[in-house]
Amino acid sequence: MNIKLNVPDISARPTDKCVTKLKAERVNLYYGSFQCLRNITLDIPSCSITAIIGPSGCGKSSLLRLFNRMNDLIHGVRVEGNVELDGTPIYDPKIDVAELRKRVGMVFQKPNPFPMSVFENVAYGPKRHGIKSRGELEEIVEKSLRHAALWDEVKDKLSQSGLSISGGQQQRLCIARVLAVEPEVILMDEPCSALDPVATLKIEDLMRSLAEDYTIIIVTHNMQQAARVSDTAAFMMMEPDRAGVLVEYGPTAQLFTNPKDKRTEDYITGRFG
Amino acid sequence: MLQQDIAQAAAKVTNKGLRRRLRLGERVIEGWIFLAGMLAIVVLLGIIFILLKEGLPIFANTPPWEFFFGTHWYPVSDPPTFGIAAFFVSTLWVTLISTAVAVPLGVACAAYLSEVAPSKVSETIKPIIEILAGIPSVMMGFIGLALLSPFVQSLFHLNTGLCGLTAAIMLSMMSLPIIVSVSEDAMHAVPKEFKEASYALGATKWETIWHVCIPSALSGITAAIMLGVGRAIGETMTVLMVAGGALAVPASPTDPMTTMTSAIASGIGNAVRGGLQYQALFAVGLILFILTLAVNIIAERVLERQKRKFAR
Amino acid sequence: MTRTVLNSRKITQRTAFTFLGLATVITVTPVLFIIIYTITKGAGAITWDFLIQFPSQAGREGGILPAIIGTFYLMIGTLVFALPIGVLAGIYLTEYARDNWLTRLINLAIVNLAGVPSIVFGLFGLSVFVLTFHFGLSLLAASLTLAAQALAMVITTSREAILAVPREFREGSLAIGVTKWQTVRHIVLPQAMPGIITGAVLAISRAAGETAPILVVGAAFLLPKLPQSPLDQFMALPYYLYTVATQVPNMPEGTIWGIALVLLIVVLSFDVLAAAIRIKTRQRK
Ligand SMILES: Nc1ncnc2c1ncn2[C@@H]1O[C@H](COP(=O)(O)OP(=O)(O)OP(=O)(O)O)[C@@H](O)[C@H]1O
Ligand SMILES: [Mg+2]
Repeated sequence: MNIKLNVPDISARPTDKCVTKLKAERVNLYYGSFQCLRNITLDIPSCSITAIIGPSGCGKSSLLRLFNRMNDLIHGVRVEGNVELDGTPIYDPKIDVAELRKRVGMVFQKPNPFPMSVFENVAYGPKRHGIKSRGELEEIVEKSLRHAALWDEVKDKLSQSGLSISGGQQQRLCIARVLAVEPEVILMDEPCSALDPVATLKIEDLMRSLAEDYTIIIVTHNMQQAARVSDTAAFMMMEPDRAGVLVEYGPTAQLFTNPKDKRTEDYITGRFG
Repeated sequence: MLQQDIAQAAAKVTNKGLRRRLRLGERVIEGWIFLAGMLAIVVLLGIIFILLKEGLPIFANTPPWEFFFGTHWYPVSDPPTFGIAAFFVSTLWVTLISTAVAVPLGVACAAYLSEVAPSKVSETIKPIIEILAGIPSVMMGFIGLALLSPFVQSLFHLNTGLCGLTAAIMLSMMSLPIIVSVSEDAMHAVPKEFKEASYALGATKWETIWHVCIPSALSGITAAIMLGVGRAIGETMTVLMVAGGALAVPASPTDPMTTMTSAIASGIGNAVRGGLQYQALFAVGLILFILTLAVNIIAERVLERQKRKFAR
Repeated sequence: MTRTVLNSRKITQRTAFTFLGLATVITVTPVLFIIIYTITKGAGAITWDFLIQFPSQAGREGGILPAIIGTFYLMIGTLVFALPIGVLAGIYLTEYARDNWLTRLINLAIVNLAGVPSIVFGLFGLSVFVLTFHFGLSLLAASLTLAAQALAMVITTSREAILAVPREFREGSLAIGVTKWQTVRHIVLPQAMPGIITGAVLAISRAAGETAPILVVGAAFLLPKLPQSPLDQFMALPYYLYTVATQVPNMPEGTIWGIALVLLIVVLSFDVLAAAIRIKTRQRK
């Protein structure tokens, strides 16, 4: 099934799994005078799921928000080093942040559907990006909802408020909202932490199916979840001055079964604080 | 390998799309937003500038000393005399009396609403007090004129009920809503733990209000008083209609009088632009502006302090 | 011994509460009295003719149509100038302004603007709009003056309404590549709209009752026809009430109360409208 819509230039989409989609090189991130991330270097492969794990406050969300420049919204934030999307430095002043975020979408910890109908929630992005025809919008909404494994559950309530459906459905609606603008990367910050186990499994299945077409980065506190869904995993920790560093980064199977670093091992076996 | 090269090259092509867009429409709107944001400053500075420009020249004719302390206001005699002592004293009388009436009433009412009354009662009473804030000042002036002044006249055996006292009573009603609402907010902001600690020591409800709530809310109440004072100083129509309009320095609150605001309101219609009376009235406006500004800044400072006190 | 102390404390409390209650009664009674008295005295004067006729005999006979229309125009004029600017300024302060000296200066200006006496706004309007801009004693000059006065209030209420929109909505929109302005336009403003409208309604209710500024910038007591353009002179309810109450001899008392009642209804109905919008949106949440 071809699930993509209006792909303007199919050849422009990297298809090989080995391509580096996102790259961070020696990144330092500061909130005012507080250093939150220190010397982070990692390559995120395309069309796969990368999990970021680590103790609370080590800077996982900050690292995630580095890739779509959501950190820019915080007053006093400063980024050093280089971050690239498909080889283009995204902290270059010539970069259009809105265009970047269109290609690097984000799903948040707490489902945050807009206070409008299910349909309008999904159609919102495409509308803002210039699609006006009703038919085209309907097509996009249906495909996105199907793609987010939500269509069958909400096809009869498209005009109901997005806030009236269940929490798990709301989160999938938020994923559909991101899919509707056809991103290449989807960032997910603890997308299941507000959901029950059944809803969580649904989202995990959804992520696996999306991984064929999208590059996904997920922050999670749940070791099992990271082990279940991700192809690659990154383990972060805080240094004594509370700056977050990348301790270990590699294929998930290896990181969980045969960690190279003692600290990783301690953390995943639960011997950590 | 080759496939990867192709993919990388293709990615470079799409990345042209990351280049910054002009989005001219949005830039223009954001420009307007910025200008609108600045407008409050522009208007305030504009007011200061106008008052200085139109008002200061009077001091070339009347030295400041004579202007402030002169007791005669004869704008049309030859040569004209501009002394605003009578206006100033009138404003002082009216403000003092209205504050003296409104503050105890307002604070007591606030204490009743926030600490004593059952919530049903206070939820009914608060909107009624809000209505009072919405009654136009010209309406209050008319009420004072038609209903209160005959009463004051017969009570004090005066020649006329149109006097400073009548105006002050009407003004106290008009500053009550703000005094009540700000004091009530202040008392609400007193942390529950303070009150509970007082009850735990065996204090009665009243003792808690008197020894804990009111002292803790004191800065908020001070701010409420200042805002009430500001309101009384600046109020025009009520005073114009019921204070009597006499130009002499009032010896007692039961004398007819003209405050600074009513002097401007009653004189500006006859003033020629740039003429001496015009300048003198703008100078009165300048003094009014400075007075209310000072009162406001004090209120703002005190409120800030109150907020910080209980901020956690 | 302890018993009497306890009793005397009880008595003190009871006395004190009686005084607090009394203060509340003294505060509330005049409001109710004013409203009820105005209705009983003024209702008789209000007939259909009273509302749709021009005044005659210096207001002693006829109706008050031009004053009502003039006040209506003033409300519209104030709204047209104050609302867009106030909302844009509210957007600036919540969405764009950084926490720096300029923003602090703007906030300081707003707070102080709110405390400037209305008569001083009148002087400002007279010098700037009437004389310098040559708008003359006109609807336009009066509307601009009242708008300048309403500005602080509209900005404050818009700012509060916009601030109350949860951050998550903005983030959800920005995170799919929607620009800041579009997010404000399509997410934030619709959410803040009830609050903004409440503020606007209160502002025009204030403008409808305001007398001192329009007295300075030239409301007319009597005019033979309705204003035809924004540059025409105008009559207004509050100024009309002021004049007939203080300067027209042998004015029938019932007519004055009738005018007062009409003014009260105009002003308070907008206040009630604002309160209704506030309650309605609170329920919906
Ligand atoms: N806006 C901010 N301003 C200042 N410091 C911040 C800000 N946001 C986060 N921090 C700090 O940066 C550090 C990392 O925060 P971050 O939210 O990235 O951690 P996290 O790993 O996602 O934590 P959690 O697992 O609790 O979500 C923390 O010490 C936090 O206090
Ligand atoms: Mg986090």
